[in-house]
Amino acid sequence: MKAKKHSSGNAPLPLNPMLLLWLLPLAFLGVFYFYPLGNILQLSLFWDDQNALAAFWSSLTSAAAGNALKFTFQQAALSTLFTLILGLPGAYLFARYQFKGKSMFRALMGVPFVMPTLVVAAGFNALLGPNGWVNSLLIELFGFSSPPIHFINTFPAIIIAHVFYNTTIVLRLVGDFWSHLNPRLNDASRVLGASPWKTFRTITLPLLSPAIAAASLLVFIFDFTSFGVVLILGGPQFSTLEVEIYYQTISLFNLPMAATLSLLQLACTLLLTIAYTQLSKRMSRALPLSARGRTQKTLRSWKEKLLAGLLILFLLSFLTLPLAALASRSLIDLSTPSGSPPRLTTTFYQALTRQPQQALFYTPPIFALRTSLLYAGITVLLGLALGLPAAWALSREDSSPLNQILDPLIMLPLGTSAVTLGLGFIVSLDRPPLNLRTSPLLLPLAHTLVAFPFVVRSLTPALKSIQPRLHRAAAVLGASPFQVFRQIDLPLIGRALIVSASFAFMISIGEFGASSLITRPENPTVPVVIYRFLSRPGALNYGQAMALSTILMLATLISMLTMEHFRMGDIGEF
Amino acid sequence: MKEIRIIGLLILSTTVLLLASCAPGADQEGLPPSDPADQVLTVMTHDSFAASQEVIAAFENEHQVKVQFLEVGDTGTAVNKAVLSRENPLADVFYGIDNTFLSRALEADIFEPYQSPYLDQIDEKYQLDDDYRVSPVDFGDVCLNYQKAYFEEHDLNPPASLEDLTRPEYQGLLTVENPATSSPGLAFLLATIGHFGEDGYLDYWQKLVDNDLNVVNDWETAYYSAFSQAGGTYPIVVSYGSSPPFEVIFAEEELSEPPTAAVVENESCFRQIEFVGILKGTQQRELAEHWIDFMLSPAFQEDIPLNMYVFPVNKNARLDETFQRYLEIPDQTAEVSPGAIAENREKWIQAWTETVLR
Repeated sequence: MKAKKHSSGNAPLPLNPMLLLWLLPLAFLGVFYFYPLGNILQLSLFWDDQNALAAFWSSLTSAAAGNALKFTFQQAALSTLFTLILGLPGAYLFARYQFKGKSMFRALMGVPFVMPTLVVAAGFNALLGPNGWVNSLLIELFGFSSPPIHFINTFPAIIIAHVFYNTTIVLRLVGDFWSHLNPRLNDASRVLGASPWKTFRTITLPLLSPAIAAASLLVFIFDFTSFGVVLILGGPQFSTLEVEIYYQTISLFNLPMAATLSLLQLACTLLLTIAYTQLSKRMSRALPLSARGRTQKTLRSWKEKLLAGLLILFLLSFLTLPLAALASRSLIDLSTPSGSPPRLTTTFYQALTRQPQQALFYTPPIFALRTSLLYAGITVLLGLALGLPAAWALSREDSSPLNQILDPLIMLPLGTSAVTLGLGFIVSLDRPPLNLRTSPLLLPLAHTLVAFPFVVRSLTPALKSIQPRLHRAAAVLGASPFQVFRQIDLPLIGRALIVSASFAFMISIGEFGASSLITRPENPTVPVVIYRFLSRPGALNYGQAMALSTILMLATLISMLTMEHFRMGDIGEF
Repeated sequence: MKEIRIIGLLILSTTVLLLASCAPGADQEGLPPSDPADQVLTVMTHDSFAASQEVIAAFENEHQVKVQFLEVGDTGTAVNKAVLSRENPLADVFYGIDNTFLSRALEADIFEPYQSPYLDQIDEKYQLDDDYRVSPVDFGDVCLNYQKAYFEEHDLNPPASLEDLTRPEYQGLLTVENPATSSPGLAFLLATIGHFGEDGYLDYWQKLVDNDLNVVNDWETAYYSAFSQAGGTYPIVVSYGSSPPFEVIFAEEELSEPPTAAVVENESCFRQIEFVGILKGTQQRELAEHWIDFMLSPAFQEDIPLNMYVFPVNKNARLDETFQRYLEIPDQTAEVSPGAIAENREKWIQAWTETVLR
């Protein structure tokens, strides 16, 4: 390979190509992540005029930190485990079988990922709350005197909500990688007499492991830094590091303690990612990837059809029932005088289009939707523009010292406390040329920070699996590196590109960034408007929040379906 | 060399993308639409701020200025941001700090004193800073709310005091917010401290726990999930004194009277007072003073309730009719001074957590 020859040879290269690939991603992370984060951590640790080191140590060893750390790990490990248990069979089904409505199912299962936590909590409450669908049905059927299922503010609620949110990560990341694995290896193994289980354990699982590891890491870090789910669905009995950071910062203004906890959270993310990179180095190998057309079959026997049907039914009901319950609340008014039954109404949707009392910041839903889509679009472009070179560099040379150092750093933004980083922007990006504190651009930039690790992680397994001999063959035949990229790499990773673009889109459109950043109230995103309604009393306000959430779901669904059908121009899908 | 070329291409395309993505942002940030003046007054506030267009437009026209609002999160977050940016302030004016956070800002010394002539029209009990660094704008009471229908159906008297809640007939009926994570939750904890004193409030909470108290982390969950009015199972909730009239104004269909009521008797509420102040380092001191005067004047004061669900402090401001009819404002609230809150907040919340959640 060319790069290797350069680095070991005598001919001095004007610029290390690896460094060039890293240039933009690093510049971005440096300016929008490391600089503000470093600033706020330093400012916070030395906020009180006491001995900063002593304060740091006493915070780190405090019972609050210890308890939060322990609980954060526990819930994240359990949540990740269950997400895999649910996601892997689904990934298999989507990878190996062709069936009707597949893109629709896949898009539907992605919708939970974008919904703001307050809205998801409302959905779960409408489904599993004391007067929710399930409890009402059970009381009706079996005559319980009180609601038999307690869900809100329990430990299982945290785990279930995390699985609800993140199953789509496993479905997409593992499913898409799996769909390109050549089934001939499995066939060979079966022909040689191995049982299906042994074939799975010794052939499929090892081949899949890079994608499973990448998905697990993302899911774990998402759960590890969970805030809204723990706060709202978990309730006051539970506190993760992120919740504790919020409490220390906002309620107590104990900035040194908050900074210590942020550092602790970062250290955990870094250690996890280092463990992951070490592990994945041993796992990943160049694979003979195949076109999906050749790896997928149709459901033939009735047994296959039944199993597939049951699995889809289960996944769909788990991932869409809370959302359906939520949508139902946008059409039903529960607050009618007691005795009279709830009734259907379109009042909430009508109210969305009326401006109440000439309110200053009233935003018609269509404008909020436009702002959200615009920010999501910017996030996708920026995420891909920064993520692609980084993933490319990572996939080329595992042993490059630059990669060794940078690989784990990429995940850090995902493991960073939003409260802390938000304050970091305030104290850092406050002077020209980076006077961005009050710029509307800050929101998509912040979304890109979260999307970037996703893009890199979903592209790297695909890029790594490209066999070097394909490159060599193309080079021997006289192809320029650009031709190689366009005609070999791009078709091979086209699918992964769409996956990563969808993630960037979903991260941006559902993000409720207003709490950690500064927003111009005249240009709110959809989640911000939903939150405005939800924070006010009155059935009409609540109903409008539900109606707008339903609109957000539909918009997401349509966008995801459009992306599913987006084929990489004339290259066609591989 | 070919590798360099493709990398150059990537960088170029990324730069183009970056620039392209800047365009819509710049376009929103640039010129204020069709404004007569090029002066801009920036007002930093929390995410519950709202007002009527015409009221703000009147100020803009009178002073030939464009008012730019910045929303910076909930009250606590907003105060933190104002404190952390004190070296290079984000705005000219900060509105929305309340008496539970006031000391944090005064200690950090982020405000310039200004004595507005309108302070004469405001009761002295709202003027908590003797140095005029902040001026009171509005107040809201955090009180128990109950669903009327539940008490009619169960032939039970609604609670009339904090003490009532410990009685057996109210077992398992109350839901409250966690004072560590919720502003009304903290206000209600302060109400019990003001009412029972530092020596008595923990005993009271122990009795509430024994009476099957429910605790959630945020107002939204308490009001829209736990409270029976919106589909939960608890007919008593900690909310605002103004919540009942809003149940009428924002009803799905017209109501003749609110389905809920607030308990305002017997010193059972805590009053949150919100303030406005001029941020140190402003280049527009004079305009900022005009803005403070404006916020305290009847024109803005009368606009407050229907937008922000809190009440004017100016005696000359008149309330909307719906409000007059359904609003109950407590004569006497439980009181705790901002200084005492700042000093004891952590201790009180921790003691509460030990008693109620462990």
